[in-house]
Order: sequence, then structure tokens, then C-alpha cells
Amino acid sequence: MSVRRLAPPELQPRQFAFTPENLAWAKQQLEKYPAGRQQSAIIPLLWRAQEQAGGWLPQKAIEHVADFLGLPYIRALEVATFYTMFQLSPVGRKAHVQVCGTTPCMLRGAEELIKVCKRRIHEQPHQLSPDGDFSWEEVECLGACVNAPMVQIGKDTYEDLTPESFTRVLDAIAQGQTPKPGPQIDRQFSAPVGGPTTLKSVEP
Amino acid sequence: MLADKDRIFKNLYGFGDWRLAGARKRGAWDGTKAIIAKGRDWLVNEVKASGLRGRGGAGFPTGVKWSFMPKQVGDRPHYLVVNADESEPGTCKDREIMRHDPHLLIEGCLIAGAAMAAHVGYIYVRGEFVRERERLQAAIDEAYEARLIGKDNVHGWDFDLYVHHGAGAYICGEEMALLESLEGKKGQPRLKPPFPANVGLYGCPTTVNNVESIAVVPDIMRRGAAWFAGIGRPNNTGTKLFCISGHVERPCTVEEAMGIPLRELIERHCGGVRGGWDNLLAVIPGGSSMPLIPAGPNGCDDLLMDFDGCAKHKSALGTAAVIVMDKSTDIIKAMARIAYFYKHESCGQCTPCREGVGWMWRVLTRMAEGRAQKREIDMLFDVSKQIEGHTICAFGDGAAWPVQGLLRHFRPEIERRIDEYTAKTRPEPVRVAVAAE
Repeated sequence: MSVRRLAPPELQPRQFAFTPENLAWAKQQLEKYPAGRQQSAIIPLLWRAQEQAGGWLPQKAIEHVADFLGLPYIRALEVATFYTMFQLSPVGRKAHVQVCGTTPCMLRGAEELIKVCKRRIHEQPHQLSPDGDFSWEEVECLGACVNAPMVQIGKDTYEDLTPESFTRVLDAIAQGQTPKPGPQIDRQFSAPVGGPTTLKSVEP
Repeated sequence: MLADKDRIFKNLYGFGDWRLAGARKRGAWDGTKAIIAKGRDWLVNEVKASGLRGRGGAGFPTGVKWSFMPKQVGDRPHYLVVNADESEPGTCKDREIMRHDPHLLIEGCLIAGAAMAAHVGYIYVRGEFVRERERLQAAIDEAYEARLIGKDNVHGWDFDLYVHHGAGAYICGEEMALLESLEGKKGQPRLKPPFPANVGLYGCPTTVNNVESIAVVPDIMRRGAAWFAGIGRPNNTGTKLFCISGHVERPCTVEEAMGIPLRELIERHCGGVRGGWDNLLAVIPGGSSMPLIPAGPNGCDDLLMDFDGCAKHKSALGTAAVIVMDKSTDIIKAMARIAYFYKHESCGQCTPCREGVGWMWRVLTRMAEGRAQKREIDMLFDVSKQIEGHTICAFGDGAAWPVQGLLRHFRPEIERRIDEYTAKTRPEPVRVAVAAE
């Protein structure tokens, strides 16, 4: 288990409220669950709050979601601290890089990608780069093991990386571009390099 | 090799159209109304007859699981919950189903819903799969639009299907933790019994199935249980998505018949082990929770990739995520990294797991350097046995088995490394303890 704490008070914004669009979206989410079971929506709502707050979850945002769902703050706080995709301190403005370090990725060179992060972003995970644009962390299996090693940046994954192609992805993001997600080598998703060995008689 | 006509996931690699039109062209949503009209008992019996065993790791017969749901719907509604919290290291099959063949899953949900008298289904997708979730939601929207699911749909079984997501917790792939998470709580498993078929989501009868188990159901219904049961071996039937990662020339996900020899799987689809078959050190056959199987005549050489084949070698098929390690691998370090994974992902509820898994990780990290005592090897085995079977859920077992597998097959390597470290003279004092966090 990991010990996770909220960011210190000096980093916490004074207030948080859903934008009207997000508020409408949040109300819509409640319809998925039976009456009286609105607590079910807490993870999607905290996630939306994190997106609105710039990629991390301030204390006021957690409390806002708890108020919206009619829950005691502790119920929302324990969810926010339990699930590791909720970032509890500020992340890079342009990208928070999540490098998969679990064994299948490690076997194919994830440690080299982590070195790139340490060199280029910060020696320590969860710290901002000097310009504030980037941050990184090592995460556990992201579920793209046949495309190892890989990283997730925002909603997208960048797969089949080398330190060189990873650097190119980071360069592009630094320049404000969105590099093409998926495998960074000539490969169709999870098919073997060089083309599939099966399904050749099936019309696409 | 499995013939293309017998493959279920015809758009596994996303060359074709994932939308409804493309899925229909590949045979999805064909005759679904007639299938559902055959009734609950027929559906459950057909799945039982197919021999389908759950694809999420434990391999429990799917039809039997469905039959545990109450025969009559009482005051409490029935729920279907699909486990798409794919996080077992090495496993990346459900991702391909959700992003390239989502309609197979949706159709499977409708049929499974009818088979267990559930009018509502939730698909719990792991938080990291953002694009996959968006794709799945788009496909569900299409299905609603075409009145394939929803209230008063064309199939005559009212069924609402919702996508829900997590936020990065491996433990939520455990069915009871998943239900807790779906109720908006921390993902800490509940004690069983009561089993979810009696007291599941919101205290109502619930069945939790893996994505792949559900997505193969429409094809089983259309082609018949006998077709599915005819592939593979008895007790190990059907096709299976294998994810082969690690030290092979061309890692990939591929659908193959159950029981395919490991060597054939790797050489036919992955271009072989890096450096040739003789360069193989060990494989983990079914995701990181399963004990490794070493190379050689009593190991990988005659390994058949199905439930019984892996059990013969004191391991398990799990999710059929094959992690291949060649002779360049530092096997102790690789296993220490797996132990770190479990240390990081333990939900913290049961003491043996919360404390023990971190302890195993710290000892293994020292053993990887050789900075350990030989008596600690037996102690490590003992601790793993103290964790296994002493926790609420199977996470503790899954954390203990890979360590036990390492000790079973690579004890000489650990001892050699300890000797090597001890033989070196060094001026600085040796650090013996690493502070617990």
C-alpha cells in the first residue's frame, strides 16, 4: 500500500466549484445509479474535478464533490487518497508522464525511460520540472504489456518506446504539439511487428 | 493452428471498423433475439455445455457461476457486472476487445443479462483505459440508438448498460473489491460468503464476469456449445487470447486454441524467444500472480497452455499473459519488481498482506544484490506461506506464489549471489536493514 497525503496548505487553492458544464455532466452521471446510491459516482466525479483543476486534486475539490454527493468529507478523502490516479499535488502544466515500471515493461527497458525522466524532468517523481511544464512518476502495470515499454501521458499511451523515441515524444509535447499516440514503431496496435500471423483470410 | 474461421475476435488488431456496421459485417448481433427467446435455462446450460471457464484468472466455469443467481427475481434486482479492470501485469487482452470489437462485449452483456434475469449491467473499466472507455461508450451509444439494448429494445429483454471506471487500483480487479469500488468506496474486498450471487452490488444478487468471458458468449450461442467445446482439450475448451510479452522477438496478442504448446505459441506468433529457444530462462504463464516455470524438459519444453497444462507444472493459466524471460534476465530482480508491484497495490486491509508483501519485497531486493543470509531464504518461504491463505481475498496468494516459484526453481542462483557478495571484501560497513516505510 502506498502512503498518500494531501498537498501542503500553501499549495492548496482557496476554493473550487464545478463549471456549469461539469455540473450538468455530474448531474447526468447520477442517473446511472439507483436512487440513493449516488455515492457510486464519486470516482468519475473526482476524476472530472481533477481534470478541471489542472490535473491534480486539491482539497477543496474533494470537499466540493463530497458536498455535491451529500457525503461526509472523510468518505471522499479516503477515496481520493486510496486510488493512485488521483494526483494529490500539482503536476506539470503540459504533461504528467506516467512510466510503467512493472516487470513486463522492465524486461524491455522501462528503466532507461525512467532515466530519461530523471535527467530531463526531475530527479524525483511527483516534482515539477524547472519550467513547471512536466512531472513524472513510475506507475504499476498499465495494461499494454505486449507494447512494452510504454508511458501514459494524459489520456493517451505511447508504446514500444526507446529512450530516443521517448525523447522525441517529450520534445513534441514541450513544443505544444500532440504526438501521435500508440506504438512508436511501425506496428499495428498489438499485432506482431511485420504484420499479423493470424486473421489473414479475414477481410477487414 | 486455430483456423481463422474459428476465431472469435476477427478485429483483434483494429484493421476493420469497430462500429456497429463493421461488427454486424463480422457477424455480431445476428439472431440475438432468437437466442434470448430460448430462455434462461437454455442459455445457462449452453454455456455450461461449452465448457467455458472464466477468462479473468481463476478459471471458474462461467455457466456454473451464472446458475448461482436466484431462480426467481425477488424484491432485489439482479445485476451483471463486467470486470474490465484489467491490471494483472502481462495482461492486455480486454483492452483489444474494448477498443476493436466492443459490440461483441455489448451483445454478450445482453445475453448474459437475460441468462441471469438482470436488467442492468455495469462495465467497470480500469481508470487508465481512457480511450478504451470512450470507445466502449460510443459503441454502447450506437447500440442504444439502434435499439439493440435499452428499454423496449428489439431483442425483447430490457437491458441498460453503463460504463463505470476506477482510478488506478489493481485490487479492484478482485470481484468484491470491484463491487465496493462501484459503490463509491475504497476498493477493499469483502469477506465471502455471502457470495455476490446472493449479496453483491447494492446488496443485490450480482454476477461478476471478465470481459473476455462475456465477449465470447454470443459466438458460443450462434455456433453452438459443441463447436466451442470441440476446440482444445476436455476441461480446457475453446479459444483464448494470449498476450506474449517480454523477451520474444515480436511480442503480440493473439487468439489461439486452448492447450497450444508454449513453444509453438511463441515460435509461430512471436518469432521465437530472443536468441533462440535454448536462450529461454523461464516464463510466467498467466500474469504476474502465477509461479514461474523454468526452461527445460521438465518445464517449458512440454508446457501446454491451458488450465491443466499449467497446473501440471505447479503454476496456473491465469489470464494467459505469458511473460517470457531469456537468459539475460536478472530473475531475482524481476521477481523483486513483481513483489514491489504487490507491495504498492495491497489494499492494506489484512495485516499478513499489508506488512508481509512489503517485507518480501525488501528481502528480495537485498537478495538481488546478494546482500542477505542464506537462512533468510527459508524465512522468505515461510513468510510467503504466512501470507498465502491468510487474507480476505486472493491477492495475498497472488503475491506469495511468484516468490514461492522463484524459491522453488532458482534457489541455487540466490545462494550463488549471496556467496559472491560475501566473498567480496569491502571497506565500508555493510548496511543490513532498510527502514520500513
